[in-house]
Amino acid sequence: MSKKTMYEKIWENHLIHQESGKPAILYIDLHLVHEVTSPQAFEGLRLSGRKVRRPDLTFATMDHNVPTKDRFNIADPISKQQIDALSKNAADFGVKLYDLNSLDQGVVHVMGPELGLTHPGKTIVCGDSHTSTHGAFGALAFGIGTSEVEHVMATQCLQQSHSKTMEVRVLGQLKLGVTAKDLILGIIAKYGTDFATGYVIEYTGEAIRGLTMENRMTVCNMSIEAGARAGLIAPDQTTFDYLRGREYAPQGAAYDQAVEEWKQLTTDDGATYDVVVEFDASTLEPQVTWGTSPGMGTNINSVVPNPADFPTLNERKAAEKALEYMGLTPGTPIKEISINKVFIGSCTNGRIEDLRAAAAVVIGRTVSSAVEAIVVPGSGRVRIQAEKEGLDKIFIAAGFEWRDAGCSMCLAMNPDVLSPGDRCASTSNRNFEGRQGRGGRTHLVSPEMAAAAAVAGHFVDVREWETVPVGAN
Amino acid sequence: MEALRIVEGLTAPVDRVNVDTDAIIPKQFLKRIERSGFGQFLFWEWRFDEQGNVISEFPLNQPRYHGANILLSRANFGCGSSREHAPWAILDYGFKVVIAPSFADIFYNNCFKNGILPIKLSEEQVEELFVKTQATEGYALTVNLEARTITDTNGLSIEFDLDEHRRQFLLLGLDDIGLTLKHEEKISAYEAKRASNV
Repeated sequence: MSKKTMYEKIWENHLIHQESGKPAILYIDLHLVHEVTSPQAFEGLRLSGRKVRRPDLTFATMDHNVPTKDRFNIADPISKQQIDALSKNAADFGVKLYDLNSLDQGVVHVMGPELGLTHPGKTIVCGDSHTSTHGAFGALAFGIGTSEVEHVMATQCLQQSHSKTMEVRVLGQLKLGVTAKDLILGIIAKYGTDFATGYVIEYTGEAIRGLTMENRMTVCNMSIEAGARAGLIAPDQTTFDYLRGREYAPQGAAYDQAVEEWKQLTTDDGATYDVVVEFDASTLEPQVTWGTSPGMGTNINSVVPNPADFPTLNERKAAEKALEYMGLTPGTPIKEISINKVFIGSCTNGRIEDLRAAAAVVIGRTVSSAVEAIVVPGSGRVRIQAEKEGLDKIFIAAGFEWRDAGCSMCLAMNPDVLSPGDRCASTSNRNFEGRQGRGGRTHLVSPEMAAAAAVAGHFVDVREWETVPVGAN
Repeated sequence: MEALRIVEGLTAPVDRVNVDTDAIIPKQFLKRIERSGFGQFLFWEWRFDEQGNVISEFPLNQPRYHGANILLSRANFGCGSSREHAPWAILDYGFKVVIAPSFADIFYNNCFKNGILPIKLSEEQVEELFVKTQATEGYALTVNLEARTITDTNGLSIEFDLDEHRRQFLLLGLDDIGLTLKHEEKISAYEAKRASNV
């Protein structure tokens, strides 16, 4: 029998139809829906007289537009219209909706795993590029456009071309104080923002095995920032333990049976990937991006690079434009970059472990008077858990604002927006021009690094600070 | 979807690598619930300053590129968010073809769903088109999807690669939901065989 990678196994398990020269038709197990990329898809169904084929496999929430304070008072009428449209569409088409009244409402990629909807071996799609997050469970999960959202609603299938496979082999262990966020930022800084275009990545290696489920989600979340169709991590005991007892996870004997099936998904010994790249985790240091693309990053003890040092003309021009937008001078130590905003949250780093890690840095310290800092839990459940552990009080005592769940400042479709010239240490995933607000300057970092920057008013190497473990860890 | 066979017209350059979908259409314009009317917001923050004044250096604001229907850009075009509002804005603005050395996966796929032809050429070929576009006001190309060629009136002729299924899809303006539903029996059989996991 031929040796297969995990991607190939999941693909074959979902193949409905294939003929030469055409994309395959792949069955979709779980469709997550949010308010921004779905209204035109529902409208398309109405116009063609179609239904949602499997409302039982379709779950919706609202996250992008949701204000993180005074959430029921949506000042922007167009935001409100989009949220209202989802409520109406979910009701009309019989789709389960976690709305603003629900404890489970949250950033869609925080909510899905939390509810136990994300399982190893599933095919999962959502009209959102960060759907790659769910690959942390060994699910084939990727973002789609609105036309494909409509396609999945109507058929529970997608037309897909088989991707190439890439192993990202992480060598060695992360040093103490270096996080999953640093790992994925480091990989993208080394290999670029399009090195995985056309590929499904599988992350392997001891450092990956040592990550918690939430940390694995952080890594897979940013696979799209490397251009990948999806990112995968093989399920193991960490995965099975995470899923046990969750609302939509199999229960009792069905769980035991599922675990046996999930164990079969891992890449066979001797299976080959189209490409293998290696990354040495053992020398990695905390990362900070300096530019306007997630690959424009370096380590905390380094300096802002000189565009003249880049190998190609296009890279030099891109670096020049980035530094101009970011208002940075080559040679400036990263530690000397002052910030005035801090955002802790998002589908990348808005989970309970992220908040614990940030609180451990913040406890007993005070946010710099020059900085406005917010903490935005990824979901209602994360918020409640954090409050149970007293994390909210730690943040508030230090001078952070403690908010309600939503996408918040990750993409500024809600009132949480940077002003022109603001410089933000952000735990989100994209530092594009204007991403967090027009003229805003984004530096991507881990929750620990963001928390330390909030206190210091500039970037610091958080490993040099004493931290106090908090919460359930 | 409208079929696409031959596109003739002006070429407009956006000379940047990694043009992301936030740049193509900023998030504040994603709140509409229609598919139409996004063209006015295309490259908003590059076309207009914070006061709403026209930024005249940006190519799309230069009269010589008005009416262009072929967009020329650099590697990894369309990276970032999956928002289909990006191709909607490009099409609504008037572009039917985008030429670049490489495209981000989701954007590339979204183009075909909307009757836009994204063409991948080598870095050298794209550079040649940038040079010609910038050197000659009124520089126009003819993109022939049937023949998979790009030509100008001065003897330039480039053949481009395209997956045959995607080519047919654009040439015929197909509805792919309809295509998938032709396999309804197989989908139902698959569902019957597998108990739902949820």
